[in-house]
Amino acid sequence: MTTQVTPPTTGRTVYLDHAATTPMRPVAIEAMTAHLAEVGNPNSLHASGRNARRVVEESRETIAQALNCRPGEIVFTSGGTEADNLALKGIFWARQAADPARTRILTTAVEHHAVLDPLLWLAEAEGVEVEFLPVDRYGRLDVDAMRIAVERDPASVALISVMWANNEVGTLQPIDEVVALAAPHAIPVHTDAVQAVGAVPLDFAASGIDALTFTGHKLGGPYGVGALVVRRDVEVSALAHGGGQERDIRSGTLDAPAIAGLAAAAELAVKQQADHAARIGVLRDDLVRRVIEVVPDAHVHGAPVELGQAARLPGNAHLGFPDCEGDSLLMLLDARGIECSTGSACSSGVPQPSHVLLAMGCSDETARHSLRFSLGHTSTGADVDAVVEAISPVVERARSANRRAR
Amino acid sequence: MRVIAAMSGGVDSAVAAARAVGAGHDVTGIHLALSRNPASYRSGARGCCTIEDANDARRAADVIGIPFYVWDLSERFHEDVVEDFMDEYAAGRTPNPCLRCNEKIKFAAVLDRALGLGFDAVATGHYAQLRTGGDGGIEMHRAVDHGKDQSYVLGVLTQEQLAHSLFPLGDSTKPDVRREATDRGLLVADKPDSHDICFVADGDNAGWLREKLGDRAMNHEGDIVDEAGEVLGRHEGSYGFTIGQRRGLRLGVPAADGKPRFVLDIEPVSGTVTVGPRERLAIDRITGTAARWCGTVPDRLDGTVQLRAHGDEHRALVTVVSASSTGSTGSTGEGGSIAEDVEIELLDPAYGIAPGQAAVIYDGTRVVGSATIAATSRAS
Repeated sequence: MTTQVTPPTTGRTVYLDHAATTPMRPVAIEAMTAHLAEVGNPNSLHASGRNARRVVEESRETIAQALNCRPGEIVFTSGGTEADNLALKGIFWARQAADPARTRILTTAVEHHAVLDPLLWLAEAEGVEVEFLPVDRYGRLDVDAMRIAVERDPASVALISVMWANNEVGTLQPIDEVVALAAPHAIPVHTDAVQAVGAVPLDFAASGIDALTFTGHKLGGPYGVGALVVRRDVEVSALAHGGGQERDIRSGTLDAPAIAGLAAAAELAVKQQADHAARIGVLRDDLVRRVIEVVPDAHVHGAPVELGQAARLPGNAHLGFPDCEGDSLLMLLDARGIECSTGSACSSGVPQPSHVLLAMGCSDETARHSLRFSLGHTSTGADVDAVVEAISPVVERARSANRRAR
Repeated sequence: MRVIAAMSGGVDSAVAAARAVGAGHDVTGIHLALSRNPASYRSGARGCCTIEDANDARRAADVIGIPFYVWDLSERFHEDVVEDFMDEYAAGRTPNPCLRCNEKIKFAAVLDRALGLGFDAVATGHYAQLRTGGDGGIEMHRAVDHGKDQSYVLGVLTQEQLAHSLFPLGDSTKPDVRREATDRGLLVADKPDSHDICFVADGDNAGWLREKLGDRAMNHEGDIVDEAGEVLGRHEGSYGFTIGQRRGLRLGVPAADGKPRFVLDIEPVSGTVTVGPRERLAIDRITGTAARWCGTVPDRLDGTVQLRAHGDEHRALVTVVSASSTGSTGSTGEGGSIAEDVEIELLDPAYGIAPGQAAVIYDGTRVVGSATIAATSRAS
């Protein structure tokens, strides 16, 4: 049976929202579908169960090799949000149980909601002192502020969480420096690396990170599956209780086909990372340069693209268009088959000024006139051409709407 | 035409959007986010601003097969509708926020943005009919279904706004619309009608005002007196009352003649609320301000007026008395045929007419214009 898919627009869709989700890679579809019709609970003891378990464990080993961690350090979850919650609450609770004086969590002001919201919840519900440390105008953590916060009272810090790469503006965080200042005090460091795996070089063992979140659908794997990579010596309290399938800290029957798809995608994404980053980096630079050529007052948010891959995700082009509403631009581009984002999607679809841009010192106004184009493994020069061709009339149109509505 | 369909998540606006598509228009659905904090507005099926309603609107757009977006109008809505609502109650008047929302949000902020983005019109699920008149202008008439007619809350629209509006439901009855929704596979087909005010979550106006007004209210308590000035009781804020109100007065002592008593007057500064018998509510002279005309401004009109939503029609003689300053131009929400006062003489008295409400003026089924009721009196 084939599924009828009605495209939202006539003609070709120019998909430039890979930071939201990226198409599954064919190897991942193959790996996943190969197991969909097979029966077997990975925890059953018979042959079918053992077979499913083998799929899971081989996938675990594949991922461990790709990320340079040990297989036993991988805890499969339903995705990035669950992994972040497990890391933040699970590690905090375990650390506080071991020493009630550990009452603080340090993080940045630009985290994804999957980190931000559990921390706000911990602050609200459990009285945890969460410190959202400032970033510079590019969205990069102020490491000195983090150092001061740690050294003020290291024994009270339960956990540090700093994202590897920002999902909105693409800025990479100084993870090495964070690890270096946490290590003397044996403070565990968690990182949300959802945007980073496959996009920038990443080596779990070498990073010194204690816990790392990643997810399938951002790297060409399926939705609904991800993992927390967490060192064996880090204690994590369980959030959901049940069969204790994953190291007794995560319960629930494992989705063996999805895990196979995740492993296939992660393996390929990491293997191709350097070539992929170089290729989409060129496309991104081209997009930014040519958009600014036709809309001269457009400007890049986040780390300057000239700083290259050490500073910014290769596929991220976050652009400000003064005197436009970002959601007008999005709607007008969508009508032309060009799909991008105004920032991070939210449940009701109500656009809110981005906390990331606000933390970078942007005004409310600036935060609202922005668009994120994010390139990925299916992006081509033709996609860039389409944006460059459409953007000027679209910006003009959005500006006229903005003037009228005043 | 390229059309924006404003979709509340209810059955009417969903069918209106579907009919706009059926009429051959290129339709884009939008849902208006009117609250920064949707949970604080009315929840469940009765409201217009919840996440559930946004989802219902989205699913209707999916079924109809049109693009769908949420437009954040929460700041404009708060400034132009909610703030005005509070100010009016604090001043002892009884505003109609739905009218205000149509005037300032749906057919101003939304329409302006739509036109700016290259659309030609806004379609809504209001029950009213648009026709081309003899002079080529657009006339607005009462809906075929008089029970559902919403021309009253649209009486503030100018010719310019009407020229960019579509009301696809004006020639249908509500049961027909529900049937059509079912036939079209729209899951909102049997969703209950919305009532009351969308931003007052539990329908308790007085309680909402007490909480929100705070220092802005000139009083949070006062006397309830009869016409002779005798104190009959106390109240917790004059904003909790409207002219003609009978229920909720909580007067311990019955009237001497045993007849029910009604609110006759609200004095917002002292907080004194005067009550009396129904016959004292009778008025037949109305001064209206900030008149808005759907088309040509009449000098004098022998027609009818409607003085509250779903209220009766009253035969009336309407005279335009002054042309004060002209409104600013530039957007469809302002400019053009604005800024006259009107004097309205009713042929028969009306009861319980509250300043702040709109007097919408009709010539037969045609809406001529509207004015805000500023003062009322009894001539005879």
